[in-house]
Amino acid sequence: MTETKGKWQLKHSIVLLRVLIGWHFLYEGVIKLYNPDWTSFGYLATAQGPLKPIFLAIAQEPMIGWADTLNWMALMFVGITFLLGIFEKKGALAAIFLLALYYLAHPPFPWLMQVNVEGSYWFVNKNLIELAACMVIYQFPTGQYFGLPYLFNKNKEQTKTETL
Amino acid sequence: MKWTRRDVLKGLGGIPILGAVWWAGAASAVSKNRERAAILEQLNIQPSLPSAVKEISGDPVRVGIIGFGIRGEQLCRALGFATKEWLEEMRLAAEEDPNHSRLKDFMNQDKLNVKLTAVCDVYDVRAKKVIDSFSTEETKIQRFKTYQEMIRSGKVDAVIIATPDHWHAPMAIDALENGIHAYLEKPMTHTVEETYRLKEAAQKSKAVLMVGHQHRQTLSFQTAQDIVSKGVLGHVSLVQTNTNRNDDNGAWNYHIEDEATPQTIDWDLFLGSAPKVPFNKNHFFRWRKWWAYGSGLSGDLLTHDYDRLNCVLQMGIPASVMASGGIYTHNDGRNVPDVLQVNMEFPNFSTGSSQKKGKEKGMTFVYSATLGNNFSRPTVLMGHDGTMELGNRLTIWPDSRSTKYADQIESGKMKPSVPVYQYNPGASVPDAVSSATSQYFADKGLMWTYINGARVDSTFLHLREWLSCSRNGGEVSCGINEGFDEAISAHMAGLSVKLGRRIEWDRTEQRIVPIEGIDFDEVLLSGM
Repeated sequence: MTETKGKWQLKHSIVLLRVLIGWHFLYEGVIKLYNPDWTSFGYLATAQGPLKPIFLAIAQEPMIGWADTLNWMALMFVGITFLLGIFEKKGALAAIFLLALYYLAHPPFPWLMQVNVEGSYWFVNKNLIELAACMVIYQFPTGQYFGLPYLFNKNKEQTKTETL
Repeated sequence: MKWTRRDVLKGLGGIPILGAVWWAGAASAVSKNRERAAILEQLNIQPSLPSAVKEISGDPVRVGIIGFGIRGEQLCRALGFATKEWLEEMRLAAEEDPNHSRLKDFMNQDKLNVKLTAVCDVYDVRAKKVIDSFSTEETKIQRFKTYQEMIRSGKVDAVIIATPDHWHAPMAIDALENGIHAYLEKPMTHTVEETYRLKEAAQKSKAVLMVGHQHRQTLSFQTAQDIVSKGVLGHVSLVQTNTNRNDDNGAWNYHIEDEATPQTIDWDLFLGSAPKVPFNKNHFFRWRKWWAYGSGLSGDLLTHDYDRLNCVLQMGIPASVMASGGIYTHNDGRNVPDVLQVNMEFPNFSTGSSQKKGKEKGMTFVYSATLGNNFSRPTVLMGHDGTMELGNRLTIWPDSRSTKYADQIESGKMKPSVPVYQYNPGASVPDAVSSATSQYFADKGLMWTYINGARVDSTFLHLREWLSCSRNGGEVSCGINEGFDEAISAHMAGLSVKLGRRIEWDRTEQRIVPIEGIDFDEVLLSGM
């Protein structure tokens, strides 16, 4: 019984995590989509750390246009998959990839200058934590419990019993 | 298949969240865009496009370079001629730092229809460098001992003058009188008297004179003109410009070369009209530190800042100037101040007013300089309705007590802490500027401007305009009138700091108001 209850709580916690991260990604994507002047140029051009040359190269024309478009599309893809509970594993992989890029563009290493960041970090920052959370979502897909797949879940009854 | 309420909640619950988040994001972005568009529409600022320059057609313009020091070498590069040593140095710099784009910028620079045919330099090493680097099979560069010989040789159509200040006017006057086009470095002249003689020569001559204030080619400055004329800032009562430097190079302690000896330098020719002193390498390489050959901060750097603002505001010569300063950071035998404060008064000048008629009139232009601190104070134009930071970028903040924007500030549509306008033509180009002095010039729009996102040397554009006008006619952007304003204003500052008194300009008589018993030119040429 305790185990079932623990599982029930875990599932709901992961659903909550998924919805919150989806919310965050979707909002970031929509804001960029609806602002024609938005560009990741500043973020990329001030990149730090070992991959700096790569980010600087992306900040150049014509790469920057592609980078901007792919960025908001990927953000929205993650947001939609997480909120609707469909293709959430693919969404989680996309999210991990994006967050890894954000982390590496401005890694919170003590020997690097920290630009474009809020808060105080030492190796670990919020991007890295969100990335780890997406790994959990990848490991435990929850679309079956909350999301479109729930409607088409043949084992719904069983699931229901289980969750009780 | 029948769906229970639980099914709908758990299956479709994500959809309203998705819709809400999407709506919130879109609404926020769209309303911000709309507010921004409304402000921009109200400001109605037109970012400037590069002006079209007529092609330099026909035979290449034959150019002679007089003075191949630090600036002379830069001018030759802007003309399309870089020394082998510089090319190698830049190649290595680019290898070390992939962002270092000086070599790439140089290679991408449009080729001008010019031929470098002659050099005149009192220092053998520099003259040889020009001949070795720029001579081609068809054009062997000829060295002339004096500028008079070069101008009369029939080998040049135009000359670039990049010598110490005391040689500027004599050379430019001689060139113009002989129908040779002249590009003259700032400050335009070294004394008050020769400023008038040069003006006369330029007005009489068919040849084209261009004064070397290359920032007139910077797009942001042309945009700034539009901003001020549309009354975006309201009445500008104070302009603050600055020089902030803290290194030897910035304090004119340039490198002294071992090869320089009385055998390799024609010392008498260097001195010219300057007081006769024995051969002195310090004076030769670091001439900006003495009034006999240079004019320190007022001639070297105030002139740039003054002309940048004269380009934007067209305020002309100040009614009066008060200056003070001293040698406080580099007490090394120099006699020009290294800390200098200049206040120029324009009591009748106005950029327009948003308040009751007659309430606002007059402006003070402040130039504040130290060679002992590098804190980057920006150039600011302070108006009743807004403040503009002027450089290669432009930023405008509304004033919290503005009359013009009172409603928008009241309703929160404008915030005094948030710029209402920003113009950054180079936004898509990360810069790598090698030295502190280069950064200083770059920030002031003196090094390059941006055309369609590409970095272009503003000196190149300035030279191109001069050459195009010399071939096709037309007005240059920094001719004798602009140069006259610059030279007189700078001389007034020099006189004021030396005499410790207010120097006034008589607009009707077009002369500096005389002071009994004082010979202005004698004062300008003497030490502090």
